Amino acid sequence: MCKIVTLLPNNTHLNSYTVYAKSAFEIVGVMEAPDMFTFLVTFLGVFVLYLLLVWGSGDADTAYWAIEEVFAGLILSLISAGVARMMLGKAENTKMFLKWPLFIVYVPIFLVYLAKANIDVAYRVITGRINPGIVRIKPGLKTDLGRTVLANSITLTPGTLTVDIDKEKGDLFVHWINVQETKSEEEKVKAVCGSFSDWARRLTE
Amino acid sequence: MSWDWAMITMVVLVVISMFFMLLGAIGLHRFPDVYTRLHAATKATTFGSIFLAIAVIVYAVFRITDPETLDVNVGSYITLAVHTFIALVALLITNPTGAHAIASAARKAGVVPEQAVIDEYEEVE
Repeated sequence: MCKIVTLLPNNTHLNSYTVYAKSAFEIVGVMEAPDMFTFLVTFLGVFVLYLLLVWGSGDADTAYWAIEEVFAGLILSLISAGVARMMLGKAENTKMFLKWPLFIVYVPIFLVYLAKANIDVAYRVITGRINPGIVRIKPGLKTDLGRTVLANSITLTPGTLTVDIDKEKGDLFVHWINVQETKSEEEKVKAVCGSFSDWARRLTE
Repeated sequence: MSWDWAMITMVVLVVISMFFMLLGAIGLHRFPDVYTRLHAATKATTFGSIFLAIAVIVYAVFRITDPETLDVNVGSYITLAVHTFIALVALLITNPTGAHAIASAARKAGVVPEQAVIDEYEEVE
């Protein structure tokens, strides 16, 4: 686990990539650097998704993609990147895509917790033993994206369901199917989200 | 991989998937209120869908790699596998989001969680 983490680019590397990219765009002078960066990331993301969707459209002996589809994809992703970068907006969100090795580690962990959650639900459906309640937790995440990742992750993990979010403080209201007594605030966050608050922070901040 | 093994794998995956889907449906009837029902509906159906999707992908990959089916259009099976995978990713994102929307709407409409031992949301209102 530690070994994998040390192999990942740390924050200084990440920042220097962004700085290089930004200065390159400033020299070209087409668009302001952060805008151009989000535009390119959106364009690449949409284009790759389009290519995945039309995989197998060509003659399988020679090519997996029909040339018409690739051109259509290029044009469509240019248009959608031009429109959607306003919505995707913030450059700090697109930095997340540079952390793709972390996702490879995150997905299996998430799936294990999803399996546990289902065994837990199965147990509660069959025995009918529940002790529900809504609790307020303070995970202390700063970005909207991090809060979204955490809220969605804990909805799919054992015994918890996000009900609402305090937009200013970032506190989550969580419906907990088996409420346990906890002493401190950290202990409560730990009991509700396990390691997912740390993961959401690592993935998005 | 012979056709028999592919078939067995697919049947096992579909049976696991159906088990969790059924569990979600039973949970909908057994649990007392909207929040606990959402627990059953969200988690069990997401997990069930994963196994169903894997079964489809196993079928498609088997069709692609099987030497006897090379004369058929391989492209359509690649499309099947990739589309299923993308649908699975979309489900993994939208299922919890939908559950969150329903729970939040219910709470704002004033639905109180039944049998609740604690409700820290009330302090906000």
